[in-house]
Amino acid sequence: MKLNKASLFALFAVLELASDPERQLSTTDIAEKYDISTHHLAKVMRNLVHEGLVQAVRGAGGGYRFAGNVNRTTLLDVIQLFESLSSELDVPNQWSHAGDPIIVELQAITREIDDLTKSVLDTVTLATALKSTRQRAETSAHGTDATAPPSSTQRS
Amino acid sequence: MKNQFSIRNAKQSDFDAIIALDQFGPKGDKTDYWRGIFDHYVRGGRKDRLFLVAETDEAIVGFIVGEVRAWEFGSPPCGWVFALLVQPDAREMGIGKRMFDEISNRLKEAGVTTVRTMVERDNKLTMSFFRSLGLRTGKYIELEKTID
Repeated sequence: MKLNKASLFALFAVLELASDPERQLSTTDIAEKYDISTHHLAKVMRNLVHEGLVQAVRGAGGGYRFAGNVNRTTLLDVIQLFESLSSELDVPNQWSHAGDPIIVELQAITREIDDLTKSVLDTVTLATALKSTRQRAETSAHGTDATAPPSSTQRS
Repeated sequence: MKNQFSIRNAKQSDFDAIIALDQFGPKGDKTDYWRGIFDHYVRGGRKDRLFLVAETDEAIVGFIVGEVRAWEFGSPPCGWVFALLVQPDAREMGIGKRMFDEISNRLKEAGVTTVRTMVERDNKLTMSFFRSLGLRTGKYIELEKTID
């Protein structure tokens, strides 16, 4: 599974806002904290507002506020706004069809994998993700650095 | 519904209440099943076989059943929770969490350090509940097929 930048930025924003539903933050606040593109995040925020996950608060001191339900909204709810997680087989346009049975078998296998992926992401609520994130931060504060992502998950 | 509840070991006299409560679980006549469960997990009085109920002033509103199992599927001794139910109008009061925490403590006292359960993949509510308690996909995968 590969998550695109929009999904990742959306999860940064949604989890940041959901960690304190009373608080309002601007796109710049969030972009600065996570060191990500304000321009790209602004597009993501418009999408999140449109889907009702965050609310835009107008006026001086305005910004965004979390508008979902931390115990009901799942990671998949957020990710699916930005991408489909279905596996794709890069089948050439022209070919002999000798491989058809293999393609059908591979499709059945990737469906099994996709179902598991979705089942995991659709049962981790924002509340669960926030709790795990905090626990990791606490563990890291007590010595072992559990928050440092391995190189394969670093930003490109 | 009052928010006060307590957790205790199930007793033989809880049988009818458990059968009644189980109408909120998967449908079917499970009287024989529960008779077997009571024989095994209530009468035995063993500390590695656990059947707990959650009770308010008025009624039993939840149950959890589990035990220590060893060497099945090649696994060293491990705690299993194989039944958990909270009456729908008593949910979101923390009863499920309290029962799970209690059975986990008892399983630990019985000598294991891991607790497992199995959930139907499409059962989002139950799966989310266990994930909220910190459970993650374990190192065993359930496999099955239709027998021709």
